[in-house]
Amino acid sequence: MKRKSLIYSLFLKGGVLLLLFLMQFILPTYHHSSFSKIMILASYAVGYNFLLGYTGLMSLGHAMFFASGMYSAGLSILYLGFTPLEGMVFGTVFTLTMSLIFGLFALRTSGVSFLIVTLMFGQTFYLAILYYNELTYGQDGFSLTNYLGSLVLFGEEFLYSNPVIRYNFALILLAVYLLITTIIILSPIGRILIAIRENEARTQLLGYNVFSYKLFALTFSGTLAGISGAMHALLFSYIGTTFAEIHHSISPLLWTLLGGAGTVIGPLLGTGIMYYLIDFISGITSNYLLVVGVILVLTIIWFPLGIMGTIRQRWLKWLP
Amino acid sequence: MPMVFLAVLDGTVTAFVLALIALGLSLVFGVMRIVNVAHGEFFMLGAVLSWFAYNWTADSVWGFVLALLIAPVIVGAIAVISERYILRKVDYNPESTIVATIGILYVIQQLTLMGFGPEARPVEAPIYFRVSFPWFGYSGYKLLVAVMSGLCLCGVWLLLKRTKLGLYMRATQQDYEIATTFGVPTKKIYASVFALGGGLAALAGVLVVPIRQADHLMGLEPLLLSFIVVIIGGLGSIRGTIIAAFLIGISDGIISVFYEPTLAKMLATLFVVMILIIKPSGLFGENQQ
Amino acid sequence: MSNKEKEKIDQQSEMNLSRRSVLGAGAAIAGAGIIGSQLIDPVAKTAYAAGSDKPIRIGFQAHRTGIGALYGRWYERTTNAAAKYINSIGGIAGRPIEIITEDDGTDPKRGADVVEKLATKHKVDFVYGTLFSHVVMGSAPRAGELKIPYFVVSEGYHVASGALNRYVFQPCITDVRSQITAVSNWIFSNLGKNVALIYPDYAFGYDHRDYASAAAAKSGAKITAKIAIPPTASSFTRYFVKIPKNTEVIYHVMVGPGVLTFVREMGEHYGTKHPKLFGFIDSLEGVNINSSGLEFLDGSHFWEAMPRYADGYPTSGSNFYRDAVGVDNTGASKSDSKDVSAYSHMFGCWETLFAIKEAVEQSGYKSKKDYKTLIETFEGFTGFNEGIAHPQGSKVFSGKTHQGYGQQFVSQVKNGKFNVVHRTSIADGMYEPETDYTKKSL
Repeated sequence: MKRKSLIYSLFLKGGVLLLLFLMQFILPTYHHSSFSKIMILASYAVGYNFLLGYTGLMSLGHAMFFASGMYSAGLSILYLGFTPLEGMVFGTVFTLTMSLIFGLFALRTSGVSFLIVTLMFGQTFYLAILYYNELTYGQDGFSLTNYLGSLVLFGEEFLYSNPVIRYNFALILLAVYLLITTIIILSPIGRILIAIRENEARTQLLGYNVFSYKLFALTFSGTLAGISGAMHALLFSYIGTTFAEIHHSISPLLWTLLGGAGTVIGPLLGTGIMYYLIDFISGITSNYLLVVGVILVLTIIWFPLGIMGTIRQRWLKWLP
Repeated sequence: MPMVFLAVLDGTVTAFVLALIALGLSLVFGVMRIVNVAHGEFFMLGAVLSWFAYNWTADSVWGFVLALLIAPVIVGAIAVISERYILRKVDYNPESTIVATIGILYVIQQLTLMGFGPEARPVEAPIYFRVSFPWFGYSGYKLLVAVMSGLCLCGVWLLLKRTKLGLYMRATQQDYEIATTFGVPTKKIYASVFALGGGLAALAGVLVVPIRQADHLMGLEPLLLSFIVVIIGGLGSIRGTIIAAFLIGISDGIISVFYEPTLAKMLATLFVVMILIIKPSGLFGENQQ
Repeated sequence: MSNKEKEKIDQQSEMNLSRRSVLGAGAAIAGAGIIGSQLIDPVAKTAYAAGSDKPIRIGFQAHRTGIGALYGRWYERTTNAAAKYINSIGGIAGRPIEIITEDDGTDPKRGADVVEKLATKHKVDFVYGTLFSHVVMGSAPRAGELKIPYFVVSEGYHVASGALNRYVFQPCITDVRSQITAVSNWIFSNLGKNVALIYPDYAFGYDHRDYASAAAAKSGAKITAKIAIPPTASSFTRYFVKIPKNTEVIYHVMVGPGVLTFVREMGEHYGTKHPKLFGFIDSLEGVNINSSGLEFLDGSHFWEAMPRYADGYPTSGSNFYRDAVGVDNTGASKSDSKDVSAYSHMFGCWETLFAIKEAVEQSGYKSKKDYKTLIETFEGFTGFNEGIAHPQGSKVFSGKTHQGYGQQFVSQVKNGKFNVVHRTSIADGMYEPETDYTKKSL
């Protein structure tokens, strides 16, 4: 079962990624850049899903991780003269450390308390960025355009904002995330995480150190979010507190739920659908948040498993 | 010295109002074991409905009275409808409820935007008088708000301890299944508790709106503060909630005077972390394991 | 204002009018009345010379929702009114103007997406209309990457500071630095030299803090306190305690839903003996000065970019504009007296559309290939003449900073309305340019 799952899921994942890769050649300009953005945001959601869908921990403060990756990468490029690559590495390390330390404190609580703690820490991080606005440019934010230089690939120079670079880097990031999370989920670690999600007390009784598994999951999820943030900064250049606000924490929750928490493709689907839905609705009414709210409610009532989750339950039982 | 006095005064008023808002959240969690993320929106609705009442009667006193009567009722009704058609459908699953109430939050907020408009609108206080202290003046109405909130809190305490409804609520909180076995109409109790929670928040909104204007985004701040209060006090403990509200309200007042407000908020959160490390279930909370 | 000044102003607007009738061949289009939500006047279209009837498409990035919704509403009305009028007098270079509006939710992330959508999906010629600073910061770089001219109606200092790119312009609304520099001297000379600053705890507020402090240092005035208030604050009493006793003037620029509370609590705190007040109309855009709780402001002074009450600056251009955008003599909507306008900001939309018209017509712009010529022409502008096209007043324009400079007004609240007591000269608000966009590449 495990082997078959792995092969099937790799096929599915590979298929989707191949499709995405090919689409860049036929997509019109506007949708080309929409897809780039969707893929980066989807990778954020994939990271989030690792915590929510597989470990069963709901966080309402994930924007803190995304923003920490974004700001640490961006500020190091801006002030310390790091190259984009160095910035990304720094962003990764910084977020990893932060999520680890955060996890050590926050995981002392569980369930609703954990949720509220993540919410509050998310708010505090947001406030901290505002408080240190001399350094961070506060609410206005700043743009990395003039500091990124250009990328040299295959002997050619490219700007990071080049559509081809954007699309493929986002795709590669997403691909890597999908690969890593699939491997972990199907590994023993993954099964213990799922066991924790299903019944934490029993898993504890079986002798597993639940705390360290949860810590791993949180750190991993946070770090993935941070790397997404750093990549977003590189490809889209704008860094601002809007990425640390509570709505940016609710977003991956929404995307993951809609697409299917606990499935690997779910987050990507959810992100894409919501992005286009909002785009489409903004054309009709100025009140897209209302529609978002309604969708949230309807989804959780009628499709608590999300789209892919429902598909898995009804037809394709092997979906990871 | 006058700064501290003002801080304590202001903090006390804040604390009373905060207690009222947080109480609703705490009750709901205590009895139903769910978190209502739309709680702040109930508060906002109280304030907005108060504006409509004020506008309709064109008189600050009658408008106030009208608002006090109808706002909690209307918001309570909205709460009951949400409970019946949404929360019950997800079986009160904690995570699903959070998602559902986030959705409800967006819906309420945006409908208010559409019906009320984007700008903030003032509501006149029913009574206006200025209390003169040697160093500064202070709003008499604010002091009245503290008194009225205090009365409401007493009212809720009486409800819980002395009435049959309160008895049922406490029974359901202790153990849902046993309470059902004993003939407590637990489903209806759930609806009542949710309505009570929403009603209290709306009431706080009516009391507060003459002090600050009504606008469709005003629910977020009280929500976050209520969360802090409820966590520190301990989820499910009424006594803890009220004590924590005072702790937070007054210390926030004092810290803000001496430090910058943004820093004060950050410190408040760190304070919460400390509490959680020492006692994860809050000061008076029950253990959730 | 003296009669002579009034004459001069009227003369100038006459000049502009006749200039326009030369340009607008089909000016006698009376049928401009039947415009619904569509911006192209079907009647006007038929009057254009053959081959030039492809519209000029302007993408309007509007704050329809979010914290900027109040401004977005009035910006949209003004934009539509300007487009309607421009089409009625022959459009731009004989081509009708078409406005495509997208909501950015007053959110920088969506701002960048909206710029993208307008540029690549709707394929507009220009993007314009952003107000809030953080949205400008989030969106302008994308306009630079997409290489599409981006006209900001923001009042922020970021354009002139050089932080953005050569495609970004802010020609017809003055920036905060300029405003503060212009009125500070009046404050120090007329109200007092010991000033306490109260401002919101983010960029807009810091600009006020920094430039007011700089102006004080120059004039020998003293800043007695600098009090930053978080934007989400709902109670302000604790801040008033921090104002020292020797303060003669409280300079306040609170924005957001807390403003009315702020004023009322200030009144409660001080009672009848209080320092003089100087505020910025940003605090009260969309708010009726006779709202309850604002009594404390009676007798105090405010900066206005364009006087809300019609008698503040009754030039024929200004009156025409007021009528065209549907605002009455008190600054409220003609169809709803409770709907007070954002009068000190929205004129920027009207004027910017005319500035775009002037640039297109003078540069001979036909399509995207001509962006470079358009930008260079724009950078060559030295100013805009007062009149129907620029009703707020004449502007001086700096090609280096891509920023327009204009007059400012100081008004006093008395008898339930704002009354203009002082008008600054454009020179009062000028400063040394800190950047030169003309030297940057396109």
